[in-house]
Amino acid sequence: MSTLAPTSETLPEVSASPATPTDFTASAGDLAVITATGKFPAGSIVAEEGLDQTTWIVRRDVLFDLARELKTNPATQYDMLLDLGGVDYPDRDERFEAVYHLLSLPRNARLRLKVPLREDDAAVPSLIPIWKGIDWFELELWDMFGIRIDGHPKQRRILCHEGFQGHPLRKDYDAARRWILTEDKMYKPDFKLPEGGDDLFERMAINIGPSHPAMHGTFRLMAIMDGETIAASEVEIGYLHRCFEKMSETHTWNQVIPYTDRLNYCSSFINNVGYCKTVEKLLNVEVPPRAVWARTILSEFSRIMDHCVCNGTTLVDTGGLTNFWYLFQPREEIYGLLESCCGARLTVSYGRIGGLSQDLPPDFMERSRRLLEMIPPFVEDAEKLVNKNRIWIDRSVGISAITGEEAVNWGWTGPCLRASGVAYDVRRAHPYDLYDTLDWEVPVLYGGDVYDRFRIRMMEIRESLKIIKQLLDRGMPDGPYIVDDPHVALPPKEACYTQMEAMIYHFKLIMDGIQVPAGETYQMVEGANGELGFYIISDGSGKPYRIKVRPPCFPIFSTFPRLINGASLSDAIATLGGLNVIAGELER
Amino acid sequence: MTAEPIARTPTPRPPGRPMLKEPHPTDLKPYRPGLAERLYLPLLGGLMVTLKHFLRNLFNPSSRYTIEYPEQRRDYSHRFRGHHILTTRPDGSVRCVACFLCAQACPAECIHIEAGEHQDVNIEKYPVVYEIDMLRCVFCGYCVDACPEEAIIMSNNYDMAYFNREQSIVGKSDLMKPYTFDEERLGYRPRFPEEDAKRARMRRDAFDLVTAAKEAQAREEQKSAH
Repeated sequence: MSTLAPTSETLPEVSASPATPTDFTASAGDLAVITATGKFPAGSIVAEEGLDQTTWIVRRDVLFDLARELKTNPATQYDMLLDLGGVDYPDRDERFEAVYHLLSLPRNARLRLKVPLREDDAAVPSLIPIWKGIDWFELELWDMFGIRIDGHPKQRRILCHEGFQGHPLRKDYDAARRWILTEDKMYKPDFKLPEGGDDLFERMAINIGPSHPAMHGTFRLMAIMDGETIAASEVEIGYLHRCFEKMSETHTWNQVIPYTDRLNYCSSFINNVGYCKTVEKLLNVEVPPRAVWARTILSEFSRIMDHCVCNGTTLVDTGGLTNFWYLFQPREEIYGLLESCCGARLTVSYGRIGGLSQDLPPDFMERSRRLLEMIPPFVEDAEKLVNKNRIWIDRSVGISAITGEEAVNWGWTGPCLRASGVAYDVRRAHPYDLYDTLDWEVPVLYGGDVYDRFRIRMMEIRESLKIIKQLLDRGMPDGPYIVDDPHVALPPKEACYTQMEAMIYHFKLIMDGIQVPAGETYQMVEGANGELGFYIISDGSGKPYRIKVRPPCFPIFSTFPRLINGASLSDAIATLGGLNVIAGELER
Repeated sequence: MTAEPIARTPTPRPPGRPMLKEPHPTDLKPYRPGLAERLYLPLLGGLMVTLKHFLRNLFNPSSRYTIEYPEQRRDYSHRFRGHHILTTRPDGSVRCVACFLCAQACPAECIHIEAGEHQDVNIEKYPVVYEIDMLRCVFCGYCVDACPEEAIIMSNNYDMAYFNREQSIVGKSDLMKPYTFDEERLGYRPRFPEEDAKRARMRRDAFDLVTAAKEAQAREEQKSAH
């Protein structure tokens, strides 16, 4: 039975499960502010009502000025561009829609801009002069939808290869279509070399990757070396592009979950949570407390794992192999815990819409507590080896440093941004699950270099351990692990064998999938690399109409050439490790 | 279905209030190493760490974390999602009734079934062909969740190596191999609210061919004795 006794006088009670709904109201008055400037003709900006967050439909010709106004106006201060994606509505007169998600860090406000575009004139102005981080998002928009970017310095395909024809996320593109890349069509970079490079004799083109152990996945770095320093560089991505967003459109809502495992595969459970939360928001489903509790704990364990991988591999790349062993042992054991919960170590697929795929194992508490004791010694050992080690300090302090202001302009989130002195964390800014009931800190450092990115991850591991410890002390909530709603979750197998009704629900749910009502929403979680957002549109057909993932790596990695130009090649490798770029998430 | 209410501090920030205490920094304050660090002294502490690990591993091999695969294997839970098993009825025939739910639920579209009519009218259908393409399979366990007959479950066998793609398409006979009915090797199976006892019984009913055969034999003997 539920005991409703207050636990403390100072803590007011809030109903158990869904966490505080994300606060999207801060941007409500912005339209009045913008129209009051008088710069925009009437009708060029129209608010769209009834959505989860403030949404404006913007005419294309005012987009650029509006964007600049939104960024520079002290009353709005939208200093970060989170995401840019397209949507295709073949039946509409204005077939395409470019959707911009903006975030104002100082005001903690979010805004969505939609720009409808006709098919015969599908083009948007480039917003690179306003937010540098939009660069690759714009290229992606061109690649996926064929929407031209006016004024983009280098319009090219980014995720698909050069031999690709058509634009895959258009609705009339067949998902099974394949194209072969021939050698003559391969992408050839044209570098803008800095002026005055008279000593051409010293220059050498160097190519690292796509298959190179230091490239952490499959990226290709092309650099022009001027002696030891990189004079110009460019990265080519897309080797791991699966067009997950297109494939989701051909699957039912629950079938997308195994795909989300493969986004950031170092912390796949966080992706599960992010996706499930977004769909739950569309469905308006309340997740049982037990599942919320487990999700919070396992997300934090996944974060620890991800940070261990990142720091371990960074140190390997700079020559510290021993740390790799010390930091990978916690990861192994956390994988063991996840495996005991769901049966897989890497691609867990543990989350389900409405809860979890199965109950926590009986020894979950014990194992988690053992992990809590086991992880800190390894982290301490790794820190003792490098934290004050001059060899590592020389390799990392001041390398690829970026100020907080510039990082925000490039759209950075997560540990890399916090290493540059901006204390933005989704768990604190827009608390979800149980994070606002816990006592933890958002660590911040001000160096903005490889060293501080390393240290901030170590600090975050400690904070995550703190979170887990508090949750374990609070005890495992009783009750179901998935919502008791036969339209969302499969009925228990036992009921399925014995009751006709449950059997019918079982068949319906598997044959037709969850029927998510029409609508659209954006929900984010703090992934291991930063804000992991899902912008999902449903048309009520049983399959997602459009899923746009806001991958935290994507804007971070687009900064890479800017970070390494002028540095030495070995610094570039250390930088790449410190950014923790995960190809699965970057290229989707 | 009880749920303890969770005490929650109200969100400390009313909407619109600034979240960040300070403006975005425009300058960098990198870490400044102290004198000891510049003299490489903390390196000695680091060497002590590696020495400690070295000595411990040398004199206490049981504390090592490495596993001598394949002689030694990591312990996996009974939820491990490995090679599939098609379960059988006590008479040894396949339990699957070719309802196609697993093929429908599979996100990788790796299950191929061809249904045939069963001689027993109570069963109606059975799979003439049941193939899983192990190279396509992502081992998500959705087929197990989908099966209304407990006909497909998973083992904790992860040794799946093939010389060519044809071999990777595993048919009914391979999926029904008797060794996989070893209780120790079972992996992901249907879920029940009451875990163990009931589950173990159901499992026994479903898989223990030897016991079933012995029981049947005993019944026969009893009958003939009467």
